[in-house]
Parts: sequence; structure tokens; C-alpha cells
Amino acid sequence: MSFVFYILATLTVAGALAAVLLKNTVHCALALTVAFAGLALLFLNLDAQFAGFAQILVYIGAVAILVVFAILLTKGSETPKDGVFSRTWLAGLAVAAAVFAVLGWAVIQTANLLPSSAPTPTVTVQQIGQALVGRYVLPLEIVAVLLTAAMIGAVIIAMHEKDGVK
Amino acid sequence: MTPLAGYLLIAALLFSIGLAGALTRRNAILVLIGIELMLNAANLNLIAFWRYGPHPEALTGMMFAIFSIAVAAAEAAVGLGLVIQIHRHAKTTDLDQMNRMKG
Repeated sequence: MSFVFYILATLTVAGALAAVLLKNTVHCALALTVAFAGLALLFLNLDAQFAGFAQILVYIGAVAILVVFAILLTKGSETPKDGVFSRTWLAGLAVAAAVFAVLGWAVIQTANLLPSSAPTPTVTVQQIGQALVGRYVLPLEIVAVLLTAAMIGAVIIAMHEKDGVK
Repeated sequence: MTPLAGYLLIAALLFSIGLAGALTRRNAILVLIGIELMLNAANLNLIAFWRYGPHPEALTGMMFAIFSIAVAAAEAAVGLGLVIQIHRHAKTTDLDQMNRMKG
């Protein structure tokens, strides 16, 4: 376990914790951006350069901005008077803790069976591109259709209907 | 501890934090933020297994993660559009106050 990994893991987990714990919604969105950046750096640390930069472009560049826009459009930055957590927060926390306990137990139990080291894969963007238009061309086309449908759907759902005009 | 186990533990922790956020927050946008964190934790698992798996040159885990990022982007766009429309309709994004299905 390298020193860099611990720094990046701390950054990512701290960002994620702040994103779900802070009271102000805008601060949550900014903390979420920190968590996304930490994840992108973890991807780069795993020698997955393409996925790391795709993570920066898609999540920090698009999803975080979308979240901020949604907060602005819904006046969500106002902190509610009666707390930010749901009435059933204890049950939710218990479920999340149970999930983490099971996942952590499974990882710890099998830690000795996991490969301890692997040679650094030399994957170029050219190989990824050739795989995308070769072996994975059908999923690529389906994702293209899905993104188009999602974009049209999001615009139609969020479109403002004038009174009397449907 | 092996590096792969470390990455898996971090991914499990991120998933649990996202799940806790999605289950305990009242604001619908914060619930979507929690879901995004869970999807990212899954992506970290995919990339970690790709890196330490037997055949990284086959690019299977990497492709899975890239398609997962694309699907998550579509999910975020539709989800936030729905939140905006619900806010316009119900004048709130507080999930505890949304207890009717009838408009």
C-alpha cells in the first residue's frame, strides 16, 4: 500500500462524508466535486488514464454542474428549519452500516486470495478506441441511443408548461 | 493488506456513505448525490479488478467502467430533471413532505 493511495483515499472519503453530512446543499455539491476528483485520481493511480480523465470530464465537468443547476432551480440551498435528515435516519444509518459490515467482512476474509501485485498494464487510448469500434461497437451504439433518449427525456420532463398549453 | 483489498475497502466505504446519504437525507437532490456516490464506488471496484485481474489487455473491466460512467450521466440528467419538475409541482424537494401520489 503506497503513501499516495492513503492520501487519495482520505481525500475521497472525506469529500464523500462531507457531501452527505453538510447542512448547506451548495456545500454538499462542492464536497461531491472533491470526492469525484479524488476518485479520478484513484483511477489514475490504478493506471486507468482514460477512465480517470473520462471521470473528470463527465463527473466534475457535467454531473457536478447539473447538480448545482438543480440546486439553484429548486431553491434547495435554503437549510430547512427542522433538520436536514429524514425522520427515519436511524434505520437508514443502520442499513448502511450493515451493508458496509458485510462488504468489509467479505473483503477481509478473501484478502489473502486476492492477487498482491500485477504488472502495470500498458493500455493506450488507441487500443481503447479500437476496442470501442470493434468488439464493443454494439454497446457503444446502445449507449449513444440511451444518451440521446435521456437528453430528450430530461428536456421534456423539465420543460416549463405554460398555463393552458400542454 | 494487498493493494486490491485496500481499493475494495475504500469502494465499500464509499458505497456505504452513499447509501447512508440516500437513505437519511430529506432533500431529493442529496438523495441523487448519494446514488452518484454509490455508482462511483462500483466504478472503482471495476477499475481495481481490471488493474489486478489476469488479463488487463482485454480491457473488459475498463469498458464496463466507461459504459457505467455514460449510463450514470444519463441517470443524473433524468433524475435532476425529475427533481426540478417535482419542485415545480409540489413547491418542495423535501421527501418527507411528498406523501401523496395524487397531484
